[in-house]
Amino acid sequence: MNHIALKMLMGDKGKYLGIVMGLTFASLIMTQQPAIFIGLMARSYSFISDVGLPDIWVMDPKVQFIDDIKPMQETELYRVRGITGVEWAMPLYKGLLKARLTDGAFQTCNVVGLDDTTLIGGPAVMLEGKLSDLRRSDAVIIDIDGASEKLAKPAATPDGKKTPLKVGDSLELNDRRAIVVGLAKVTRTFQSQPVIYTTYSRAKSYAPVERKMLSFVLVKAKPGQDKAELVKRIVAITGLEAYTQDDFKKLTYSYFLKNTGIPINFGITIALGFIVGTAIAGQTFYNFTLENLRQFGVLKAMGASNSTLLRMILLQAVVVGSIGYGLGVGIAALFGFLMRHSILAFKMPWQLLVFSGGGVGLICVMVALISIMKVIRLEPAIVFKS
Amino acid sequence: MNATPLAIRCRDIVKTYDTGGQVVTALNGVNLDINMGELMMLVGPSGCGKTTLISIIAGILDQTSGDCELFGENLLTLRSKDKLRFRAENIGFVFQAYNLLPALNAAENVSVPLIINGVKRGEAERRAAQMLEKVGLGERTMSLPAQLSGGQQQRVAIARALIHSPRLIVCDEPTSALDHESGQNVMNLLKAVALDQQRVLVIVTHDARIFNFADRIAEMDDGHIVNVAHSAAELK
Repeated sequence: MNHIALKMLMGDKGKYLGIVMGLTFASLIMTQQPAIFIGLMARSYSFISDVGLPDIWVMDPKVQFIDDIKPMQETELYRVRGITGVEWAMPLYKGLLKARLTDGAFQTCNVVGLDDTTLIGGPAVMLEGKLSDLRRSDAVIIDIDGASEKLAKPAATPDGKKTPLKVGDSLELNDRRAIVVGLAKVTRTFQSQPVIYTTYSRAKSYAPVERKMLSFVLVKAKPGQDKAELVKRIVAITGLEAYTQDDFKKLTYSYFLKNTGIPINFGITIALGFIVGTAIAGQTFYNFTLENLRQFGVLKAMGASNSTLLRMILLQAVVVGSIGYGLGVGIAALFGFLMRHSILAFKMPWQLLVFSGGGVGLICVMVALISIMKVIRLEPAIVFKS
Repeated sequence: MNATPLAIRCRDIVKTYDTGGQVVTALNGVNLDINMGELMMLVGPSGCGKTTLISIIAGILDQTSGDCELFGENLLTLRSKDKLRFRAENIGFVFQAYNLLPALNAAENVSVPLIINGVKRGEAERRAAQMLEKVGLGERTMSLPAQLSGGQQQRVAIARALIHSPRLIVCDEPTSALDHESGQNVMNLLKAVALDQQRVLVIVTHDARIFNFADRIAEMDDGHIVNVAHSAAELK
């Protein structure tokens, strides 16, 4: 009977395509919008991911997320270094400073100060220059996106293209000269500000003078040391807050989830996609079943059981659902692929595919159930009505 | 003494419908016996209960009261599953509007009763092609219903009704949508291919042009059988 069910489904090409398109639309919206949302959320903690080496981040207890800098006294670094189980502990400066460009304009930048000796926390992917070039006088390394866009030199003509900042160019940070010695690839941050890497001591000289300048202490646990245990120990001894890398990421995106309108805005779009997809696919599929009621009646009269008809309808729903889901996810993936070099945030983990697959599956089950109820209640004597 | 075995035995069949608080009586104490090998026509004005009666005989509608036995089985007392199996094995249907599945070709349409009875698709379609040969449509096995004339579609429907060798064939107005010649051809085919001593045909019709094909004609009016005639000339 499966063959008959499929022939019935695909016999009317227009209706068949209508159902598939409805489900494709629902699948697309339920995949593409959350992928943008996840991409955006991932950017909120991209800096933590980029600074991959430390196991634990130590910070002021009032810090709520990665960009919420509450500076600490530098003596805290030495207190952390003295704790049992710490392999090493390095300072990290992170702050927003205004860079003055060659045309006199100002651009807020994320300045990251790395430990002068080890340069731990530096960018993993250098496109030009070397990380060690930071040891040169007034040296800074700039992220490639920032160098090409926000920090780029203005075009010579109104319609001309901006000239990307390159190695050897200079800019001003808080009236102090900074010379570009390298370009790095870093993950875009939530605010998408240019990232400028320099040494810790130079970063302090760029920043306005404050009593407390240490943003984070980056900690590596000794081999075999339980990280959660070490976190507890650091908190207990120093009175500071400490998180493993994963926990700090969670803290950061939780902050954005709770304190911004982003989730609800995306949630509404996803819900609308689900509702519209359900409405289109549901109505078309239900109409398809209604129009085939006489055919189901004929099969019933000829001895086909309700369970056989139920399987036929479920098969039809599974087929259109699978095709619609595949097309929707495929289009979403293609969209992400085509936009991979743009500013758009897009991330499609396998869990998202499960989510959108579940959504499309739910639509199909609901639609099939409504249709099945109609067919089960169907009197086979309908076949004698002309 | 009539030695022909009884195929259908209806006693005091009553069927009422509740239409929004109003009870409508479609059949009001129908008694009817039909023998094996017999072609029985049910005739009468619209709304007299003909279709309701064949629906009950075919087991696709339950009577309100009374007994109806088909080949000795009281379908009302069968479990739903057994009733379905009984229907699938023993009854073939021919409808006024053909009721072919539009997305299936002629052979696939004819094979449906076999597939319902558990025959594999390939075998079912092979046998369907043979049956279509018998009804004169051997060249049209791959044609969709929309590509066939009314008469051809009805022949496909007859092939479908016969493919699983049922003992009862129920036809609802099989010729009313056809011209005279096609109607006669369909009846000739039914009589030649469908009717034998192991089978019974019950045909509901308004079409007086085919009355002469009947062995007996049961005339119905207002939910009763008012006359059973052996020829059209005996009708009231």
